[in-house]
Amino acid sequence: MTVSPAASLAASELLPLAVACPLTGAALLAVLGRRLPRSGTDALATAWAAGQLGLVWWLAAATGGAGRTVTWVGGWTPVEGRSVGIVLVADGLGLGLAVLVALLVLAALGYAWRYFEEPERARGHGGGFPALLLLFEAGTTGFALTGDLFNAFVFFELMGVAGYALTGYRVEEPRPLQGALAFAVTGSLAGYLALVGVGLLYARTGELAFAGIARELAGQPADALVTTAAALLCCAMLVKAAAVPFHFWLPDAHAEAPTPVCLLLSGVMVELGLYGLLRVYLTVFSGPGGVPHEVMRGTLIAVGTVTALTGALLCWQQRHLKRLLAFSTVGHMGLFLCGAGILDAEATAGTALYVAGHAGVKGALFCLAGVLLDRHASVDEHGLWGRARDMPLVGVLFAVGGCALAGLPPFGTGLGKSVVEHAAHEDPWLVALFVLVPAVTAGAVLRAAARVFGGAGTKPRERHSGAETTGAGEEPEVSGPRREVPRPMLVVPAVLLAGALAVGLVPALWRYVAAGSVVFQDPAGYGAAVTGVPGGGGTGTAPLPEVAWSLPGVLFGLLSTALAAGCAAGALWGPALRGRLARTARAGADALDRTVVLAVRRQHSGHVGDYVAWLLAGLAALTAVFALWG
Amino acid sequence: MSALPYLAAGWMLLVGVHGLVTSRNAVHAVGCLTVVQSGTYVLLLAVGYRRGGTAPYFTDIPAGTPVVDPVAQALTLTDVVVGAALTALLLALVLQTAKRHGTTDPDALTGLRG
Repeated sequence: MTVSPAASLAASELLPLAVACPLTGAALLAVLGRRLPRSGTDALATAWAAGQLGLVWWLAAATGGAGRTVTWVGGWTPVEGRSVGIVLVADGLGLGLAVLVALLVLAALGYAWRYFEEPERARGHGGGFPALLLLFEAGTTGFALTGDLFNAFVFFELMGVAGYALTGYRVEEPRPLQGALAFAVTGSLAGYLALVGVGLLYARTGELAFAGIARELAGQPADALVTTAAALLCCAMLVKAAAVPFHFWLPDAHAEAPTPVCLLLSGVMVELGLYGLLRVYLTVFSGPGGVPHEVMRGTLIAVGTVTALTGALLCWQQRHLKRLLAFSTVGHMGLFLCGAGILDAEATAGTALYVAGHAGVKGALFCLAGVLLDRHASVDEHGLWGRARDMPLVGVLFAVGGCALAGLPPFGTGLGKSVVEHAAHEDPWLVALFVLVPAVTAGAVLRAAARVFGGAGTKPRERHSGAETTGAGEEPEVSGPRREVPRPMLVVPAVLLAGALAVGLVPALWRYVAAGSVVFQDPAGYGAAVTGVPGGGGTGTAPLPEVAWSLPGVLFGLLSTALAAGCAAGALWGPALRGRLARTARAGADALDRTVVLAVRRQHSGHVGDYVAWLLAGLAALTAVFALWG
Repeated sequence: MSALPYLAAGWMLLVGVHGLVTSRNAVHAVGCLTVVQSGTYVLLLAVGYRRGGTAPYFTDIPAGTPVVDPVAQALTLTDVVVGAALTALLLALVLQTAKRHGTTDPDALTGLRG
């Protein structure tokens, strides 16, 4: 795509609006929300979010996949490569994420159109919910577009604070409060650790822009200070990305947050943690004075593998549907970490498409779980056995979502998976991980769908044993006995699934992501574009990775889906099977359950202190790896 | 530049985190988080400190007077604002928790497990 100079100049001038627009909207809604009627507030919020979507879409088109738009806010342009100003840098992947955020915020607002009934109006907080959503949008968009380390911290906290408030939005309920508290304490501790890292880097280099820090670091070999700062920043981003052992807050928060919020938390917020990690690593630490490539690659793939396996294992064990979906997000985050950890343009492009497809699919599944919550005041897979037979359409959408989660072609999840598998030729075992983990998590979703919507298998036990959260007795988020499911609650998940399908079917998007990934993986070109001082490298030098469906990718996608169906069938009808083989398999599964699974589940204690202790252990391990292996 | 402020910042971080892990009261835990954050203030101010420097306020000092780093001060100020927002939100959550659960002891809040 060629971009005219006028459009690129306009894009550079309008870039700060991408953050300012949702901030203004949030302020406006907070003020006007008390005066306007409910429909007026909803209409204003939706119109504002649509405007924001138009703006970031236009910015993405004007910048182009292979371009960069740089804005020194307030005209504090660098002199001889130095500036004390704040810089926004938008490239293909950053703007792509901003578009994804805008789409999901719009979807969440649409879903919430008839979702929360009036209670906040009575308390005098009309407009609070959409205002918080727009605040969250400002934080995430700013985080995706910033080129300044301290600003990254501020946006990290802004999206964090909005996220905590949204998670605990139903302050009358005990459990959302607990989830929000765990989320807020771990999230803000992570933010402060990042700030310590920022302080250390500023002390060493006197710079805050990513490119400026990288230039100063390049002059000397990495020492303890730089290594510590790198470990602190990586740790903070991994907390946001919910990598094991930093993931404990995620199931508590995602399972208890209001459903429209889950859409955003699972769809983009954790993925933004990974984006921030990669962005900071590539632009700041990937040079000679930072963390060597193979150390970062090994760390990310190791952490990703553990995260993927833990997520899949615990996802399979859940009976609380939203918690099940939350652990599936952990599993997929592990895959994204592995994909991104390969650290080349092709794997980055695959991961980006996987993230986009996953956002659509996971959003749709959360929306459908919200329908169950609305109708039956429960998200307990066991208690709901066969009770949703009267909603075949919801059941079909849920099952389709399950297959898409497994990577069924031509959904975007399948395409992203296939591209990463192709890029993983140096570590062929990753392919097995990319087949197995989606299969297990999707198997859990299909199992739940068959039980809840079809009454398949034997009626599971209802009693509640030891270390688990059942999901029964959740308060419905909609008050009032209204027996029709509101139309938006069905339209939004269908549209989200269609979006995930579009990711796998639109070659223009693949080309955009491929070009964006090449630019993303080019720190020298980034530094030159930001400081105005030409360096080595450049966007024209690297070849575009091939991003398209391949035969092995399609076959692996189909294999995952078949395995998922097999897992679900095994869970549903396995207990009724007779014969020695079936008995041995059941005994094996029970032994595994008693030894490994229960020990892992017990760690998820719901106790904030435990989560913080795990966070510190992870930080210590990360620091040791960077210091000793580097 | 003495090492004392850096040691103090590190100590505050460690003490705060230790308090967070062992806390038996959510209000106390929020306080510990504030201690961690205060550690970051001390670190930032120490980074920007310059011996013999005055406040970076240029209207009534002659040009060329040594001043402490204004950027580090701006960072600290922003950090204070972020911290105020966070602490307020956390305390509000704790207050609601106390109302709904009748306790602020993390050991007694066991609604979410596994």
